[in-house]
Amino acid sequence: MPDGPSALQLVLSGDPALFAIVRLSLYVSLSAVALAALIGIPLGAWIALTRFPGRQGVIVLLNALMGLPPVVVGLAVYLALSRSGPLGAFGLLFTPSAMIVAQTVLVTPIIAALTRQTIEDLWIEYRDELTAMNLGPLGRVMALIWDARFSLVTALLAGFGRAAAEVGAIIIVGGNIEGFTRTMTTAIALETSKGDLPLAVGLGLVLISIVIVVNALAWSMRRAGERLAG
Amino acid sequence: MRAPSSELPIQFHGVTVTAGGVTILDDIALTLASGPPTVLIGPNGSGKSTLLRLAMGLLAPSRGRVTWGGLELVPPLKRAIVFQRPAMLRRSAAANLRFALRAAGIPHAEHARRIAELLELVGLHALADRAARRLSGGEQQRLALARALARDPAVLFLDEPTASLDPIATKAVEDIIRTVSERNIKVVMATHDLGEARRLAGEIIMLHRGRIVETGAAASFLDAPQTAEARAFLAGELLI
Amino acid sequence: MSMLTRRLLIAATAALAFASHAVAQDKSIVVASTTSTQDSGLFGHILPMFKARTGIDVKVVAQGTGQALDTGRRGDADVVFVHAKPAEEKFVSEGFGIRRHPVMYNDFILIGPKSDPAGIKGSKDIVAALSAIKAKGADFISRGDKSGTHQAELNLWKIAGIDIAKDKGPWYKEIGQGMGAALNTASASNAYVLADRGTWLSFKNRGDLGIAVEGDKRLFNQYGVMLVNPEKHPSVKKDLGQHFIDWLVSSEGQKAIADYKINGEQLFYPNASDSGA
Repeated sequence: MPDGPSALQLVLSGDPALFAIVRLSLYVSLSAVALAALIGIPLGAWIALTRFPGRQGVIVLLNALMGLPPVVVGLAVYLALSRSGPLGAFGLLFTPSAMIVAQTVLVTPIIAALTRQTIEDLWIEYRDELTAMNLGPLGRVMALIWDARFSLVTALLAGFGRAAAEVGAIIIVGGNIEGFTRTMTTAIALETSKGDLPLAVGLGLVLISIVIVVNALAWSMRRAGERLAG
Repeated sequence: MRAPSSELPIQFHGVTVTAGGVTILDDIALTLASGPPTVLIGPNGSGKSTLLRLAMGLLAPSRGRVTWGGLELVPPLKRAIVFQRPAMLRRSAAANLRFALRAAGIPHAEHARRIAELLELVGLHALADRAARRLSGGEQQRLALARALARDPAVLFLDEPTASLDPIATKAVEDIIRTVSERNIKVVMATHDLGEARRLAGEIIMLHRGRIVETGAAASFLDAPQTAEARAFLAGELLI
Repeated sequence: MSMLTRRLLIAATAALAFASHAVAQDKSIVVASTTSTQDSGLFGHILPMFKARTGIDVKVVAQGTGQALDTGRRGDADVVFVHAKPAEEKFVSEGFGIRRHPVMYNDFILIGPKSDPAGIKGSKDIVAALSAIKAKGADFISRGDKSGTHQAELNLWKIAGIDIAKDKGPWYKEIGQGMGAALNTASASNAYVLADRGTWLSFKNRGDLGIAVEGDKRLFNQYGVMLVNPEKHPSVKKDLGQHFIDWLVSSEGQKAIADYKINGEQLFYPNASDSGA
């Protein structure tokens, strides 16, 4: 198809393949952010509130892991999920689930590190009150997470931005299979390699628009929530 | 569910607190018994806040012991404290109280009634749904009082509860403190406002440089201080 | 990592596995193939026919030939469909593949800038052309990624009597990427590059590039297909995979391949019946 349609035409005509790609991108990245939140928020809160030997090192490591190279994560997850790897029996390689796993690994340190910082700052403010209320460790963590919820939305958005933007990890573990594991970013990589630069740029603009819309939604939710809860 | 008066008296036995080589409280011996409010006075840095934290059980002495009803390490189930700058949870005024009720283990069925009572007591019922952090300074101080009272305490510690409040707000807070005291809740408060001490205190303890300089019934202390430091402080001189 | 985190990870993996097993109930196979077949659009043409006939979904993971063979070796694909005969035969002899079937060939072409600094345009002799490029020090882009195309390129240098590892100069640039990226690079720097015809025909960012050399028999590029050995990897979908191979070499599959054209030009020439291919 030497004269394929432009990205704008695809969007305007409601091209089902394009929407399937957009849907998969959102499914993978949002699932990864959700899983990473389930792991990263409790982990970050735990590090914020616990004193243990080597804690400073763990914090430095966590902050450094925010910059994990996606291609390295992709390779590691590839080796783990491969039939010849330790988790091969699950048969996850080259599936959307594998992409979720890879992005979860990428995003978890971001959410954990930002949660740690947020919760630690809030803990300094709340420590006396919560201690005076004789609250147990779990009660403290829950109270801090709840009261930090608006700042944590920013952490989730940072994680989502990272997940939605990366191609290095998911192209390795997903395989960029048409109609199955092809996302916005892997499609852009493919169109670039096919030399269809206008379509690649167009898809890039679609991706950026989606990221902006997700951020705008989250931001307005945050604003509305803050007005109610201060 | 008021516990048998296990909290009182609170006794300090030779309590010393040091931090980073600095002695903050030095060999304090003290008994806080039930009765009208006990007011701690003394210049800034004299150790009032540290003494309140010890009595609350938030801080362990470096040396000596603190006992509640004769026992050590009594969890603060029946004690409550309002800090000088209370932290408002990022929730509504009512939700701040609900949080405290839940933390205190008050059955859920009682929450609505207790919240209404507490808001009424501190005059904030109209602001129940307002975000706590958007309340004025005086309103926040009153909400902090209500939140402390949600624990149904036998002893209430107050650290400079009216510092930086205007006279109207100060009067509102002092009225609440009087009401609380009349309900047989032991009030122990720190202030450097002698007028407030005069208005509220049954007993006065004066601290200076981490030591107790003088104690006594409010009237006799304020009218006839025994020590040079107390006289100087009451005369408004700078105590160094 | 905390115990809790590890447990959560394992639970999450299990949950994902459960979810994907539900998806895996329908009939599908994974085929590790090359970027050249994917980028040429061949799969987009033949796979819908195969699906219509058999109901089997073919998921193509497009990689370099070396990586595609490795994917098969690890058991992550059911079928390997690549173009590097010696490497394929090694794959089979090592027991990773069951049997190699020749499927089709296309041809490589030497792409170069219209200005033609090496003066080789229109030649049918790839060996002489490469010698000229080296003699003139004209810019040349090499895939450098161990792909089938890269291996074919190295082989051609060898035939030309040039030890490229030793003789390469600044004019020879290995980019370590796929065919499309190599073409993009050549287009941007007006360099020569060896490409498969299929990718070239569907490539859109040509700039000043054009075909410099074509038609030399030594540029023919044979494709082979192999089932990954289920004895090595029990997860291989033996029957579905064999189905696909059988269809590719059947008269129906061969016709489908021959029918794929870009701008009226045939890209791949089926030759499953040529047992020596």
